[in-house]
Amino acid sequence: MDWTRILSQVAGEIVAPTTAAYALAAIGLNIHFGLTGLLNMGQAGFMLLGAYGFAIATIAGWPLWAAVLVAVATAVVFALILGIPTLKLRGDYLAIVTIAAAEIVRLIGRSTSMTAITGGNAGLAGEQYKYTFENLSPFPDGNFALGPWSYSNNLSNSWWLRIVAWVLVGLACLLVWRLMNSPWGRVLKGVREDEAAVRSLGKNVFAYKMQSLVLGGVLGAVAGILFVLPRAVQADSLGRPVTFYIWTILLLGGAAAVFGPVLGSILLWTVLMLIKTVMRDVVPASVMRPEQIEMFGWVLVGIALMLLVIFRPQGILGDKKELAINDH
Amino acid sequence: MTTEPLAARDSAPRSAEISPTPGAHKPHAILVADGVQRTFGGVHAVDVDHLEVERGAITALIGPNGAGKTTLFNLLTGFDKPNAGTWSFEGRSLGGVSAARVAQAGMVRTFQLTKALSRMSVIENMRLGATRQSGENLFVALVPPLWRAREREITAQAEELLERFKLIDKRDEFAGSLSGGQRKLLEMARALMSKPTMVMLDEPMAGVNPALIQSLLGHIKALRDDGTTVLFVEHDMHMVRHISDWVVVMAEGRLVAEGPPDAVMNDAAVIDAYLGAHHDTDLGDDSLLTDDVAEQLEAEALREGNRR
Repeated sequence: MDWTRILSQVAGEIVAPTTAAYALAAIGLNIHFGLTGLLNMGQAGFMLLGAYGFAIATIAGWPLWAAVLVAVATAVVFALILGIPTLKLRGDYLAIVTIAAAEIVRLIGRSTSMTAITGGNAGLAGEQYKYTFENLSPFPDGNFALGPWSYSNNLSNSWWLRIVAWVLVGLACLLVWRLMNSPWGRVLKGVREDEAAVRSLGKNVFAYKMQSLVLGGVLGAVAGILFVLPRAVQADSLGRPVTFYIWTILLLGGAAAVFGPVLGSILLWTVLMLIKTVMRDVVPASVMRPEQIEMFGWVLVGIALMLLVIFRPQGILGDKKELAINDH
Repeated sequence: MTTEPLAARDSAPRSAEISPTPGAHKPHAILVADGVQRTFGGVHAVDVDHLEVERGAITALIGPNGAGKTTLFNLLTGFDKPNAGTWSFEGRSLGGVSAARVAQAGMVRTFQLTKALSRMSVIENMRLGATRQSGENLFVALVPPLWRAREREITAQAEELLERFKLIDKRDEFAGSLSGGQRKLLEMARALMSKPTMVMLDEPMAGVNPALIQSLLGHIKALRDDGTTVLFVEHDMHMVRHISDWVVVMAEGRLVAEGPPDAVMNDAAVIDAYLGAHHDTDLGDDSLLTDDVAEQLEAEALREGNRR
């Protein structure tokens, strides 16, 4: 077994932009679920809209900042459309509507009639929209290696993207920490515990839920940009499974904990990579083909998640007491 | 009972035996409701022609199960929408106003089933009840210097109330770890954080152990003495008699009687029809277990059954 290769591949997952994108999307979901108790089952839809908004605006010739603003604005509008009819209803309705809405976004994005705008099923090639971001890099052209990590400085899956992605994740953590420990965060937690009680204390619950939905959705949209910068925008790569990966990450790391999503994302992707690479070396192809190993990795993740929910429902970083009291 | 201090509002002839006057006019009414109706399917859950609640007094709302007391509470506090009716609080019309706005207007309620926010600490529960915390705005929240000073004031006020309600030892514990009675106390203390002009308590004594009830009663009286108006729903007639200044009786959605506690509760018609003939019987009394009493009760139940 080639442990150097295996470990360097695993190490690669730790800093990968995709890991950062998932972490950021999970931070957004943490605002929804961990802080407010909103069951958003369509975080991938926010990511896809952010990705489309950014890519389409860039292709239309808009500068980077404007393209990012378009992505953010799309997420805000999407959150408002989802929230206005559902946030006054019981929580489950939001779950149903978000999962359906995310699917609608994906199906519209990949439909043939939208080929001129979204690229249809083929999607939008990375070269068309990456340049504004790459041009902003302060680094010289070339490659740079640091330990097991060797990447291009500026192009596509680059150091530049890694740095920006993780800085954004750090800023998002700071934002969540600040908000969580503020009176605003206190109202959200109150809404999570019991809406009627918060209403009886004179707070406009609907407005708070809407703010939470918008804020978490915007983080999802920014995560969507990070997600597509090292690859292409392809509707099916941001489908339902992505939403469930984000949920897995959130529950793994611990809901309502600031660093939970970050730890969850790093852990999920490194463990998955470890399982895949080790099994490819150990298991002969006659027993399990590489694509079956990929699937088997997910099976193990599923089992691990079940065990986690049973034996450590608060996740790795969550507060045991905060989750243990369930009798309301 | 002919010395009824409050005059009947309308001049409709009253039957002599029902001395209390439903819908009586009060000299300093803080809450005035007119024609409030709420139907569920074909059932008139609430059908109140006129109700006034006196400012600065403790008013009890009593009646049998299903009388519409909690529904009326929900309507008045904006937690439910009426089919018809208007009401005003301190002269401001509150019909159709959201629950949050009602609370902001100074009328704060508690719930029959306590709504302590379990996975938040006791002190956080209390802080949530405060008003004028600008940090509850998303953007202001990002700049702590803008809300820290107010937060300190709120915390001091919360600790004072916790002290008064003997919950200060539990300050940093999760509210979910409190006993049922302590949660009732917490909910009441939390409602007082906004310094409301009127508190609406939905069965404040339900599930509270006898040792705590005495202090709960004391708190309610203290509220009145501080000038707060109290309206509460209660089943325990001893409590009602003990602390209320005025009693309103509801049955089948309507106001059927009101008056000072002793008068209302000694009114034979009210007792029989709405509280049950044995409301004063101590159910803990061993003599109830004798065969004679059991037979007597059974016979009564049979008679009542036959009457229907």
